[in-house]
Amino acid sequence: MKKKKIVVLIITMMVILTGLAGCSQVAAEEELVAAEEPQEEATELTGSITMSGSTSMENMANAVAETFMAKYPGVTVNAEFTGSSAGIESVLAGSVDIGNSSRALTDEEKSAGAVENIVAIDGIAVAVDPANAVSDLTKDDLIGLFTGSISNWSELGGADAPVVVVGREAGSGTRGAFEELLEIEDACNYASELDSTGAVVARIASTPGAIGYVSLDAVDDTIKTMALEGVEATVDNIKAGTYFLSRPFVMATVGEVSEQSENVQALFAYLISEEGKEVIRTVGLITVD
Amino acid sequence: METISIQGNSRNKSIIEKTAQVIFTVCAFITIVAVASITIYMFINGTPAFFEVGPSEILFGTVWKPTAAEPQYGILYVILTSVIGTSLAVLIGVPVGLLTAVFLAEVAPQRLVAVVKPAVELLAGIPSVIYGLLGIMILNPLMYKVELAIFKGSETHQFTGGANLLSAMLVLAVMILPTVINISESSLRAVPHHLKAASLSLGASHIQTIFKIIIPAARSGIITAIVLGVGRAIGEAMAITLVSGSSVNMPLPFHSVRFLTTAIVSEMGYASDLHRQVLFTIGLILFAFIMIINLSLTKILKKGGKEND
Repeated sequence: MKKKKIVVLIITMMVILTGLAGCSQVAAEEELVAAEEPQEEATELTGSITMSGSTSMENMANAVAETFMAKYPGVTVNAEFTGSSAGIESVLAGSVDIGNSSRALTDEEKSAGAVENIVAIDGIAVAVDPANAVSDLTKDDLIGLFTGSISNWSELGGADAPVVVVGREAGSGTRGAFEELLEIEDACNYASELDSTGAVVARIASTPGAIGYVSLDAVDDTIKTMALEGVEATVDNIKAGTYFLSRPFVMATVGEVSEQSENVQALFAYLISEEGKEVIRTVGLITVD
Repeated sequence: METISIQGNSRNKSIIEKTAQVIFTVCAFITIVAVASITIYMFINGTPAFFEVGPSEILFGTVWKPTAAEPQYGILYVILTSVIGTSLAVLIGVPVGLLTAVFLAEVAPQRLVAVVKPAVELLAGIPSVIYGLLGIMILNPLMYKVELAIFKGSETHQFTGGANLLSAMLVLAVMILPTVINISESSLRAVPHHLKAASLSLGASHIQTIFKIIIPAARSGIITAIVLGVGRAIGEAMAITLVSGSSVNMPLPFHSVRFLTTAIVSEMGYASDLHRQVLFTIGLILFAFIMIINLSLTKILKKGGKEND
């Protein structure tokens, strides 16, 4: 009985080993094919581009990476989303080619060698639950709501419902941009601090009286966006500069773009081409000229 | 009958024995290396900020403002939230779980067990983020109605929209159920049948037998279930990060609160410099907490049990 078991065990192991060997062979063949393909297509660019950083830039980075790889099949773009500060840290440490940041770089980061390449502008929308009757806020209203001095919607002409302030966690690019633009850094009185845009949208949609901020491209039918000082949160208004809640999307490099590898230069050239701008627009962002 | 086998002679046999021993040792070593490296890593990364900010300021400070111009890293409320939230969840989850286990092992007819048991197992397999999403969509709005009714017209209360300590506690209580039920049930079923038979034959009722004989006999398995349940509750992050509100406040039932786990998870993505290091310190504190709770819980419960013998 015992002998039989050992024999079975050994046979199983052999089968597994053969299987593994087979796999690695296939993988090796695939690599060969992948390496040969670009030469046949006569595209001279090969290799990879790595980027990491802001989770707010995930939609954009993925869309750009996909279309860029379709145009240059020899180049792989790997994008990770670790957060703005972590992304810049990585690019400064040399572990990635591009650090994505959804805020302007700090002087400290610039003096460490990071160069701020603004590739798009993101608008921050102020959202409430769909049943809220208030539809226009002034800057002072907004400050009052988020710092807690306005605690009931009836004070702004809405229904008699308490204000539930929803925000992002400390360190988030959206929160940083929002509080900085309103000059209420660390003065907000949050009832909820959530760690993703999706969670904020879900929380606002399901809570009567909730107010929060999200990237313009994350706005969907489940929440209602507010006009600020009479200006709707739209692409045109942000481009025109009349809507005051907007922030830059930065792809930071160490040294100027012209000092980067051919691949990275090609990516930046792609971003300012009409084709690249179209991709940026499709994810709800505003292109820079 | 003659059989052909690789164990045909003693030389082959001893080779197999030795190889097997080496494999076992290597496997055991992997676990130890993992535990040791995690411990060392946590200490290396967690201690610098602990002393840079100051132990008393971190442990007894009540203001968490990591990104302010003058950052403050007090996590007293966060620690208290973890302690209170977990205790309440265990206070609800363990009795319900244990009684469910008794029901499954002793009371329920076979046909019912065939329905309830897979349901409990399914509960264990649901990813924690799903608990969180259901919490946001269903539990929080319900909790908000309760909150609106209780604090109607209050000027000072900050309305949380239902994302508060109570919601987090309820979600945690449900999440530890499968762990407690499954382990308790197996240990109840493992109680030798003759104990039960002896008790019944002496005239004890079924319920008396369950509480006086079977549960005490299954004690060590139930303790394991409780310890694992506590571990799961204190270590859970994904679900409660969605339902607890995640603002640092004193842990009162209708306050938006932040747990040790969610404090790390929610800010790790964007934290830099000292803020990041402090998050590692929180990790170290959480690590120490789990160790202390597990060790002392096991000790206290085992000791209490021995006095009963």
